[in-house]
Amino acid sequence: MRMPTLREVGVEARLLLIGIPVFIWTMLPLYHLFLFAISPKQDAFAGKLWPDHPTLHNFGIVFGQKHYFLRDFWAQFWNSTVIALSVGVLTLVIATAAAFAISRLRVRGGRLVMNLALFTYFIPAAFLAVPMYRTMGNYGLLNNHWSLILAMVTIASPYAIWVLKQASDKLPVELDEAAIMDGATTPQLFRLVYLPLMLPSLVAVGAYAVLLAWNEYLYAFLLLSKDTEITLPVALGNFLAADDSPWELLMTTGLIYALPPAAMYYAFKRYMVGGLTAGAVKS
Amino acid sequence: MTSLTLSSPQDTIPRKPWSARLSTQQVWGLALLTPYMLVFLAFVVYPVCYGLWLARHPASYVALYHDPIFARAAVNTLIFLIIGINFKMLIALFLSGFFVNTRTWIKWLSVLFILPWAVPSIPTILSVRFMFNPEWGMVNNLIFRFTGEDGPNWLNDPTIALTMAIGMHIWKSLPFWTLILITGRLAIPDDQFEAAEVDGASPWQKFRYVTWPSMRTLYLTCTLLSMIWTLGDFNSVYLLTGGGPADLTHVLATLGIRYLRLDQLDLSMAAIVCALPLVLPLVYVMMKRLSR
Repeated sequence: MRMPTLREVGVEARLLLIGIPVFIWTMLPLYHLFLFAISPKQDAFAGKLWPDHPTLHNFGIVFGQKHYFLRDFWAQFWNSTVIALSVGVLTLVIATAAAFAISRLRVRGGRLVMNLALFTYFIPAAFLAVPMYRTMGNYGLLNNHWSLILAMVTIASPYAIWVLKQASDKLPVELDEAAIMDGATTPQLFRLVYLPLMLPSLVAVGAYAVLLAWNEYLYAFLLLSKDTEITLPVALGNFLAADDSPWELLMTTGLIYALPPAAMYYAFKRYMVGGLTAGAVKS
Repeated sequence: MTSLTLSSPQDTIPRKPWSARLSTQQVWGLALLTPYMLVFLAFVVYPVCYGLWLARHPASYVALYHDPIFARAAVNTLIFLIIGINFKMLIALFLSGFFVNTRTWIKWLSVLFILPWAVPSIPTILSVRFMFNPEWGMVNNLIFRFTGEDGPNWLNDPTIALTMAIGMHIWKSLPFWTLILITGRLAIPDDQFEAAEVDGASPWQKFRYVTWPSMRTLYLTCTLLSMIWTLGDFNSVYLLTGGGPADLTHVLATLGIRYLRLDQLDLSMAAIVCALPLVLPLVYVMMKRLSR
């Protein structure tokens, strides 16, 4: 092996000088979460950097719902799952239809709809939360899963439409023309030509909508309140209100809650990064 | 006239003229747009109009103006925007240069670096909140172990608490912007750097004369978009400080919810309406940029 030159060592050292702080900054809150999840109660509160007796006991309590705060853990997990998946499916259906109409069928007024959607995308969701809360009350949907599902579909659709429209504009027009020449009807064009070609973008958008809904806190805590109806983030937020919060259990639940989106992100990374970076900023 | 009897419809009916086909397409198009238009009318147009109607009384704005918490929240929002965003975007610009490096360990680090963005806010914010708990938190425990003194009561000092909320916001959103800027950097053709290399440019000159001119538009767009999203960042403040101590760390995004919880709906809407002069021009500029 060749000995590295002094200059190479210097470059490596400078890179490490950036890399190590970046690593610590990124991982510290996550490590802290993990540390609490594997620590028995007394270790957790002693400020140790590694527990003397690492244990999976906390997971047992959470999965077994063996604590007053965790009575409804599985129901809440289920709620989060159902809501996230429903938002993913509904967003995909609505956004794909709209993007196809705007980009391929060039429907009159399509551009206007696109601009309305973009406008919605840019209005911060926190500012829409209060009127949305009242609206759901007026529609009689409060404390019903549909309120959260519809609210999240409203928030996810504009971006989904936009990303799909950008991707769809890149497909060559000749494909449609050839299919129409062969006698394809519009539904056939959609099903046999459009959908297969759009698959990577559809995966990216579907994953985006599911993650958005799974991770949502503000709308979930405004729109849902019954212990068996709330989603996991709301349950975690409710821990905060109590004086005697079992923090090690809170962190364990938090870790369990954070794992599915992280796994999903890495599973779909290729599609998501492509879709997001293409969609988020076009310069 | 019987000469036009049809043997089979397909054979003899002339193909529909192009215009008629177009109009069936248009009908399909409108039908496919309908679901989104319904969602838009029911959950955007109606709530916004209803909200503006709730915020119609001038008295609400007077009350808001006299509430010191509102003034404080407005100032906090500006601090968040000016300091938070510029800090975040400059770090992202710097780190995008670091992460385009192809060394194996940097590739691995970039995989981990995405995590804050990939995991939901609430567990990590709660984790930080507990890490800085003055009595049992890890940070003060370590400070005590090394110095024998008690650490500061982090979240009880409005200045420190606001700084930490900004830090939390940066922690969460830095990966996303770094990723976008990395994409921007990778789009710069290699030969430009090679040419600069041949001319003997220093790393700073390469950045100044090659990287920055190609990235400027992207950087500006990112900063604008980041401003809009930061204005709407509810989680970083609400979950870390709850707006406290003494409601001194609220921003406009959490203030609306605070009034809602206090059952002052008109004030809540008024607070949000007050943020619009800040939001709407940004939204307008962004739409102009993106719908080109």
